[in-house]
Amino acid sequence: MATPHGKQEPASGYRFTLDKTDRKLIQATQSGLPLVSRPYDDIASQLGISADEVIERMQKMLQFGIIRRIAAVPNHYALGYKANGMTVWDVPDARIDELGKQIGELEFVSHCYHRPRCLPDWPYNLFAMVHAHTREEAQSKAGIIAGLLGDACSRHDVLFSTRILKKTGMRLLP
Amino acid sequence: MKQLNDLDRKIINVLQSGFPLSKEPFAEVAGQMGIDEAELISRLQHLLENKILSRFGPMYDAQKMGGAFSLVAMKVPQQDFEKVTEVVNSYSEVAHNYQRDNVFNMWFVIATETPQQIAEVNRDIEQRSGLKTYNFPKLAEYYVGLQLPV
Repeated sequence: MATPHGKQEPASGYRFTLDKTDRKLIQATQSGLPLVSRPYDDIASQLGISADEVIERMQKMLQFGIIRRIAAVPNHYALGYKANGMTVWDVPDARIDELGKQIGELEFVSHCYHRPRCLPDWPYNLFAMVHAHTREEAQSKAGIIAGLLGDACSRHDVLFSTRILKKTGMRLLP
Repeated sequence: MKQLNDLDRKIINVLQSGFPLSKEPFAEVAGQMGIDEAELISRLQHLLENKILSRFGPMYDAQKMGGAFSLVAMKVPQQDFEKVTEVVNSYSEVAHNYQRDNVFNMWFVIATETPQQIAEVNRDIEQRSGLKTYNFPKLAEYYVGLQLPV
């Protein structure tokens, strides 16, 4: 499994196991942090542990990538990024990790994955989600990706979302 | 597009990149921005209530916690689209579902506790809809996390 760029993967073979308190902590924070002056104290009192322990446990989960980051997530649509284009590319498997990392570093790409092809219907193995204000802007961003991939890409497509059919926040399993 | 003032933009841009794990994190961030803590908290509350921010807090990687995920696509005939949407959306395992302008016109994410359950949900959807599901599990991840300038 490739590691997302910019992140340190813990030493191989060392696996972090969540204990019962970690799971309670996840449940208490997965829908968001309390908007109070001392949010970690607030969570700590819900769990019956100290704020120091909350901070220590969350730090450890950050270090192991169980928490990707603690941050605000904008609603792209409300901010005017109305064109959500899933760009898909057919590139040689032997070069996909190298190419995927390059594409993933582009500032307008929010997710970038290697996924299997499903031949003959689906020839694409590299998926990169592009956010833009308009379809034209998204297409021009897809053009930048096409330029970067050059001859390595034999064909591509851009699938725009036309309707959100369901969007429940991803709830993690306790 | 909703109206944002300069302070809102600044708050969004600062908080997109991260939030500290410290005793008084709002005071820390507000101090860096040259505003007071109460103002930061109330603007943040406003941005969340107005759905300009969709979330604020830790973003967990469920896969690292032992969960399984997959992106699944279907080619749904136009006349069956609403019916199939209802079937697919009825699963609590289906987290997001988008209609896209392609022959593969339905794309959804399944999140379960184990990889076997992904296959079970797909099989069940196929039986109920009479349509094939195409499973696209992630083989490698190159980047997740967008920080859009606002």
